[in-house]
Amino acid sequence: MKPRIAILTGYGINSDVELAQAFNLAGGDAVRVHLHDAIDGRVKLDDFAILAVPGGFSFGDHIASGRVFANRLRHKLGDTLLRLREKKVPMLGICNGFQVLVKLGLLPGTEPASFTQTCTLTFNDSGRFENRWCHLAADAKNPSLWLKGVESIYLPVRHGEGKFIPGSEALLKELQANGQACLRYRNEDGSVPEGFPANPNGSTDDIAGLCSKDGLVFGLMPHPEAHILPTQHPHWQRDGMKAEGDGLAIFRNAVHAVR
Amino acid sequence: FAADIEYTDEAGRTETIRSLYKTYVKAATNAVRPSAPWLKSVFTDNAGIIEFAPGWDVAMKAETHNSPSALDPFGGAMTGIVGVNRDILGCGMGCKPIFNTDVFCFASPYHDGPVPEKLHHPKRLLKEVHRGVKDGGNESGIPTVNGSIVFDERYLGKPLVFCGTGGLIPSELHGKPSWQKSIEPGDRIVMAGGRIGKDGIHGATFSSIALTEASPVSAVQIGDPITQKKMLDFLLEARDLGLFRFVTDNGAGGLSSSLGEMARESGGCALHLDRAPLKYAGLDPWEILVSEAQERMSFAVPPENWEAFRDLAARRDVEVSNLGEFTATGNFECFYDGKPVCRMDMEFLHEGNPKLHLKGRWAPPKHLDPPAASLAARDLNADALALLGTLNICSKETWVRQYDHEVQGQSVVKPFMGARNDGPSDAAVIKPLQDRKEGLVVSHGLSPRYSDVDAYHMAAASVDEAVRNAVAAGGEPGKLAALDNFCWPDPVESPETPDGQYKMAQLVRANKALYDICTAYGLPLISGKDSMKNDYGKGAGKISVPPTLMVTVIGPIPDATKSATIDFKAAGDVVYVLGSTKEELGGSEYFGMLGAIGNSVPVTDFAANLALYRKVFGAIQKGLIRSAHDCSDGGLWVSLAESAIGGRLGLEADLSLAAQDGGLSDVALLFGESQGRFVVSVSPNDAAAFEAALQGSAFARIGIVTEAPALKLRRGDKTLIETTVDAAFAAWRKPLDF
Repeated sequence: MKPRIAILTGYGINSDVELAQAFNLAGGDAVRVHLHDAIDGRVKLDDFAILAVPGGFSFGDHIASGRVFANRLRHKLGDTLLRLREKKVPMLGICNGFQVLVKLGLLPGTEPASFTQTCTLTFNDSGRFENRWCHLAADAKNPSLWLKGVESIYLPVRHGEGKFIPGSEALLKELQANGQACLRYRNEDGSVPEGFPANPNGSTDDIAGLCSKDGLVFGLMPHPEAHILPTQHPHWQRDGMKAEGDGLAIFRNAVHAVR
Repeated sequence: FAADIEYTDEAGRTETIRSLYKTYVKAATNAVRPSAPWLKSVFTDNAGIIEFAPGWDVAMKAETHNSPSALDPFGGAMTGIVGVNRDILGCGMGCKPIFNTDVFCFASPYHDGPVPEKLHHPKRLLKEVHRGVKDGGNESGIPTVNGSIVFDERYLGKPLVFCGTGGLIPSELHGKPSWQKSIEPGDRIVMAGGRIGKDGIHGATFSSIALTEASPVSAVQIGDPITQKKMLDFLLEARDLGLFRFVTDNGAGGLSSSLGEMARESGGCALHLDRAPLKYAGLDPWEILVSEAQERMSFAVPPENWEAFRDLAARRDVEVSNLGEFTATGNFECFYDGKPVCRMDMEFLHEGNPKLHLKGRWAPPKHLDPPAASLAARDLNADALALLGTLNICSKETWVRQYDHEVQGQSVVKPFMGARNDGPSDAAVIKPLQDRKEGLVVSHGLSPRYSDVDAYHMAAASVDEAVRNAVAAGGEPGKLAALDNFCWPDPVESPETPDGQYKMAQLVRANKALYDICTAYGLPLISGKDSMKNDYGKGAGKISVPPTLMVTVIGPIPDATKSATIDFKAAGDVVYVLGSTKEELGGSEYFGMLGAIGNSVPVTDFAANLALYRKVFGAIQKGLIRSAHDCSDGGLWVSLAESAIGGRLGLEADLSLAAQDGGLSDVALLFGESQGRFVVSVSPNDAAAFEAALQGSAFARIGIVTEAPALKLRRGDKTLIETTVDAAFAAWRKPLDF
């Protein structure tokens, strides 16, 4: 049986359809679940093998990106989320969904899991929302279930608030040591970028994605669901079509892990 | 567009045109219809609908939001985009918006003269209009895939803000064609979405008069994309559950317009205005009826579905209200607290508008051509780089990059492609259905400068450019559909508009061209809109926009991977120019840069172009083309330079080889804007097959792509331009990078 994946949606989330397609292409059975239906119990998140929060502008990103959606999850589904963490259900947050998981405190996360926010994602140094393709490299010692076998990938970013700032220098060191700073912006040749545009937002240590210490929860600003087909690559007409988009491996990793 | 017009041409021949719309726009589509069985719904709904792929249709609509954007650029422009999104949501049984387009026309952001009272400096307009469209599109989760920014000093008095949206819908829903909808007497009148306030009262009426220092900012509606996004999600869910029978949007005129149109279906309605939810107390009944407060859709809901409709809305955080019922009384009736406040005969409401009788007289203008001797003495290298840095030609990447153009995961040809993702695409190609191979091409064209010579050729060139852009990306001639958006200065002769007859004649001529080219190309017009009072002030200080026709083209591509981008792909590839170059610099960017207009406006050769376009489509289908770029503003030079920039490769070419008129000047060869041309590169292995495929059309091999990033253009033994790709890029990238 295909593993069922809950894709949260509603209130301005807007990348839910293509995220569901990505999981389905990777062999999953994705279901788009309106947050309200999860809250009133019409749909039970416990019935799913993976939980994913897509990108978008939940609640217009008013107050701060992802903040209202995170609060609603915490106050209406907090127990469920902690239970899913205990049950080792993999979770994914992309773009606005990453902002939600960071603001919830599930990323980079505490042990045991709690709703303690330790980092933030804030306005890009450019002051602008930008849609731009970025080269990314996975940290060699990252524990992420999602990044198994992934070394370098090319994905678009589409955000105005993606600048990662850790709560403290000590936390940053810990994330680096644990490999939890699992995905970084890089130059095309893999070298460390000197700021914009290779690092599109000014993130500390060029960090584009984080994972929990156990590797189950993963969040990133770039959009892997926007690069699952070869024709989504901006150079597909120049370099020839690959068999699949770079992002698909991420979804396949998770679907295989829970099967 | 509905008026009777007495038109007199330059020879003094007079004809009476009964409705431009019926005579040219609708007639063109009717003439094409027999060869376009893929047309589903045209001119009747909020948008035109065509067949896209087996089981799927696509709808498209483009609108302008000029006056609101002039007064409140952020709010006006945002409402422009979220407003046209609603046209798509309210088209047929409700289409899902899958892409946006936007075209802006402004005066130069570097304008240093006076700015009309109450209006904004063009730089501020550019920033704020852009921010409005960007926020509206991005927050709604609809990718902005195609557009442009055009500059002309005459847009100082009124900027033009065109916003378009395309939508996708299953061809059938609940066993019925999805483009058909109806209303039964007894169906509930249901309004959904935002609440009603005083915002946007008289929005439609003030937009239809010239701006003055007394124009009301309060007439501008302010949108909220998130409220609308929630409604969008709800609407599609309710549609798939079959909960409503009819849907349309609330735009201009608010409920009066949406329900006025809907009541036609059943033959009347009884509307209880006191039941409408208000933002605040104190609105009079008439204000509730005509308010253009945003994010609202009107539905006809069968009584038995009302509870399910209401409950789903509650769960999706969307406010819905039951405002009465549709009837068959023949009257549009409104009540407030049970008392009748309005009763209008449906026939009068729809047919009662008296017809205008207007006059137009065409007298071709004569401009001074720059002397040939002075043109022959120009420094071509300097002119070439300067031309790349003109506002209409330079890169718009800084602005385009701020639009989300990839949400929904459909993109195949993005706005910028090439080695460094900065080569400007001619058109967008998207693949809306993940499990199918069909693509959809989206392009546009506009050439307002040519109106200074002849609006006939302006309109023809605008259509031709839109089609050519689509073909360059892989579109199929004969399967394309177009939308016409006219933005004209007031064409009615009056003491304030003494040249009204000339402007009306321009309008007539543009319509004649539209008919001629659309019927020649087999290109149906599926939707359109006109905006007729794009002037500021009156008398001597009056500023009128150049007559502008913005043409949008969409069309299915059988296989999205059989498309093309503009960037040169590899050193050694053979470069061709397709189409022939004539002494046509009138109204060109080059003449504009020299401060001239000229008379030799490009004349579109419909038959030659169509034959060529068919061959280009065939060559792309066969995989014979490695890059294809339309040739328009700035001529051959700009197309060649952009293809080189896109690929970060060089070019060596002899332009004397390109098909051309005898005795052509160097400047016309390089910078002339003859229609129907492309720059194409082909792998040397495919050159013979490509040339065979192009037989019968004007084309020539002019040179090769080089690894060294230098641009070397000569004409026989004479060097015309010699520069580097880096220098060209720097000149082209800089002017609008702020």
